[in-house]
Amino acid sequence: MKTYTAHIAVTLRRAILDVQGKAVEHALHSLHMPGLTNVRIGKHIELHVQASDQESASAMIREACDKLLTNPVMEDYTFTLHEGEAA
Amino acid sequence: MNIGVVTFPGSNCDADARYASEITGNTVHALWHKDTSLPASLDVIILPGGFSYGDYLRTGAIARFSPIMEEVIRFANGGGYVFGICNGFQILCESGLLPGALIRNENLSFVCKDVHLRIERHDSPFTNAAATGDVIRIPIAHGEGRFTAPADMLAAIEDNGQVLYRYCNAEGAITAEANPNGSLNNIAGIVNAAGNVMGLMPHPERACEPLLGSADGLHVFHSLARQCNAMVA
Repeated sequence: MKTYTAHIAVTLRRAILDVQGKAVEHALHSLHMPGLTNVRIGKHIELHVQASDQESASAMIREACDKLLTNPVMEDYTFTLHEGEAA
Repeated sequence: MNIGVVTFPGSNCDADARYASEITGNTVHALWHKDTSLPASLDVIILPGGFSYGDYLRTGAIARFSPIMEEVIRFANGGGYVFGICNGFQILCESGLLPGALIRNENLSFVCKDVHLRIERHDSPFTNAAATGDVIRIPIAHGEGRFTAPADMLAAIEDNGQVLYRYCNAEGAITAEANPNGSLNNIAGIVNAAGNVMGLMPHPERACEPLLGSADGLHVFHSLARQCNAMVA
């Protein structure tokens, strides 16, 4: 068994109006940063995975995301996985 | 009629739901989130409002995996009536018993006030004591009540006539101004395709005493009683 660290990024689906992102974007523009647009606010989940290899670790993360960590009706996710524990 | 009201860690409208059930002449069973069986006589299960599990991760996401939810899902799939109010609605969406999802209000604020709702159809177990087109006034109290669904899912909900309540103004008009949270199509309450599971963001159980401002919420409890009595007769 190896230990992997996963970083999961969860965001609202593109089709759904991200009102937090909009509010932050307005704030950025009022701070004279007009070049920053399309702000999307999401959440970041970090966890350790005990698995025999990278492939099965990925499968475990996908299952966790599909079952609990995200709601596919309203959210999308991406993740990165690397061997070793988080620093 | 026998009504079970589930209490999750963080539920705060369970006592109101039991009270509203009692004053409408029902036998009330207090249910606990760790229960792994239901009273045999149950006609209706209410998932009450509140902030189950602190709304951690997503509203309703953790409550959905409470031990009792397995029984609730089995009960619903067997045709039993399940009614989710506010956080209960969120739990029903997370559990897949209802389509769609409830996300952060469009104005990012927690909104606590009375709203007007138009009853879209009275041929349902939850609204048969009212009339289609009736305008009622009951409270909302939520930060994450914006109903959303992918376009094809929303179209199916509308085509199947699954919308029972929409936010409206005092005259019953469905307007953007009357929409307190940005819900698609002003949706406040829906049923599943089979019609036996309802979710409603506003709180009918908090509008059951004229002395407290409104008794417009009573119709849901009267409707369920009428439905269950008709089935016994």
